Amino acid sequence: MHPAFSIIVFTTASGMGYGLATVLGLGLLDPAALSTKLAHVLALGLIGAGLVSSTLHLGNPQRAWRAFSQWKSSWLSREGVMAVVAFVPLCISAWSVIFEDACLDWAGLIGSGLSLLTVYCTAMIYASLRSVDAWHTRLTPACYLLFALAGGTLFASFFASAGESSAAHGLSATAIALLIAAWVVKIRWRRRLKNLTPLSNPESATGLGAIGRVRLLERPHMTENYLTREMGFRIARKHAEKLFRLALIFGGAVPIVLMVLCLLPGLSGGLTALLLFVAVLSHALGILLERWLFFAEARHAVMNYYGGREQDLRAV
Amino acid sequence: MTSLPALPTPKKLGLVIDLDVCVGCHACVVSCKEWNTGGYGSALSDQQPYGADVSGAWLNRIHTFEIMPESGEVVGEAGEARIVHFPKSCLHCEEAPCVTVCPTGASYKRLDDGIVLVDEEKCIGCGLCAWACPYGAREMDLAAGVMKKCTLCIDRIYNETLEEVDRVPACVRTCPSNARHFGDLADPDSDVSRMVAVRGGIDLMPEQGTRPVNKYLPPRPRKPLAAGTSSLPKAENTDDAKGFLAWLDGMLDRI
Repeated sequence: MHPAFSIIVFTTASGMGYGLATVLGLGLLDPAALSTKLAHVLALGLIGAGLVSSTLHLGNPQRAWRAFSQWKSSWLSREGVMAVVAFVPLCISAWSVIFEDACLDWAGLIGSGLSLLTVYCTAMIYASLRSVDAWHTRLTPACYLLFALAGGTLFASFFASAGESSAAHGLSATAIALLIAAWVVKIRWRRRLKNLTPLSNPESATGLGAIGRVRLLERPHMTENYLTREMGFRIARKHAEKLFRLALIFGGAVPIVLMVLCLLPGLSGGLTALLLFVAVLSHALGILLERWLFFAEARHAVMNYYGGREQDLRAV
Repeated sequence: MTSLPALPTPKKLGLVIDLDVCVGCHACVVSCKEWNTGGYGSALSDQQPYGADVSGAWLNRIHTFEIMPESGEVVGEAGEARIVHFPKSCLHCEEAPCVTVCPTGASYKRLDDGIVLVDEEKCIGCGLCAWACPYGAREMDLAAGVMKKCTLCIDRIYNETLEEVDRVPACVRTCPSNARHFGDLADPDSDVSRMVAVRGGIDLMPEQGTRPVNKYLPPRPRKPLAAGTSSLPKAENTDDAKGFLAWLDGMLDRI
């Protein structure tokens, strides 16, 4: 699948934003601290920026409001509805922290729950598509939720440490555990992708398998079309392996090492906050790479009509 | 709503495509483009139609496949491979995944005849329906920013201003080899249903659970090339010659 920049930025930014909002909603950080107020603003900013980014790839963004109507059947519609619904408690909670130095427990907890539900809806947009084998698994929402939680907890530990909150150590330790869990599930997701037998193949796609093995002889048109551009993105296996390793290093290893350093006694508050800030940046870069691969490595069933099997074997 | 009809639609209008007969001339492709660029909805746009990198939205495309039987040889070397021209357009599935993923209600399946359509006034051009369709039946119109698909020529089939013979989809009307047929696949006595029954019509990618309405008639079995060669007369054997040829055979042997 074509890795559209706007969608990658959207899922990365909104994932981290919702993750941060989820942790903030638990009320672990001191509401009087400036860093906590900034954390609330940043969480809303990331969520908002992500949602705006997601409308950039629309053909008619002025009609985007219509996407709230089909929540009965469409995960994309559910995501839109949940995003708007989640904004209400998140804004109330942020208002209370920023202007009244107080945590509103009920708003925070409802906001946390709705944030996770929104991330789940985002993941289900992909996981519900039977036409893309790589995504059509329960591991997809598991990865999205775990990455959002791990990134959010890491982010929150940075703000806690910047605000010299006592929760910083606990959050860092939790973030380490969540990051490990997220990458374990992601590696399982990817192993499934490597080993899966495609649901459809050129024989079933053409119904000509009874005669023999099917091979594309001629494409419908000489040039690329919407389908080949949108669904036919190819990435060489050797590059994919390297990129995945980089994602694992930036998104997992670097933040974990930095957080472990921060847990060591005797580190000054400023240095801890700086290390955690680097950890957050590194994690964001790793997740961008992970999301890019999420699309680039996924193969759409329509490619069975465009010589997909041969393309899979060829490194480009 | 983008929920699918709860009950089976009373009519299942669709196409039956005969892969034994299609010659791959692309007349249906051009006819479809021509009719739909001037018909229902916005024009079917092209990008850089006269430039180096031509591209555009088409609702019907023909692929050509080579099918190699077990122990066959490579095509072009007098082997057993078969070439099949393969027209592909929307299959108007009963369990259309493109409809249920639509966030706006623009994609819908008609209750009375089962035709899957896009309401271009509601479409936001998110492209998710094209992702959900395993067949590649939907293509984005990059100029209008809305999704385009086969309408089964809804502006022809019910159009009483046209002659009755023309009230079929443009691709069916234009096909010079009669490889495309239009009808009601819910009616077991319709021509298309009988064709499907007699020729063993098949679904594309049944494993995707889409239950397509359109059916494809597989190519008829063909004798292998080698089976035909044994019946040809041997070059050195003239025993079968009769009449004038026998006389000529004898004369040529003598001189």
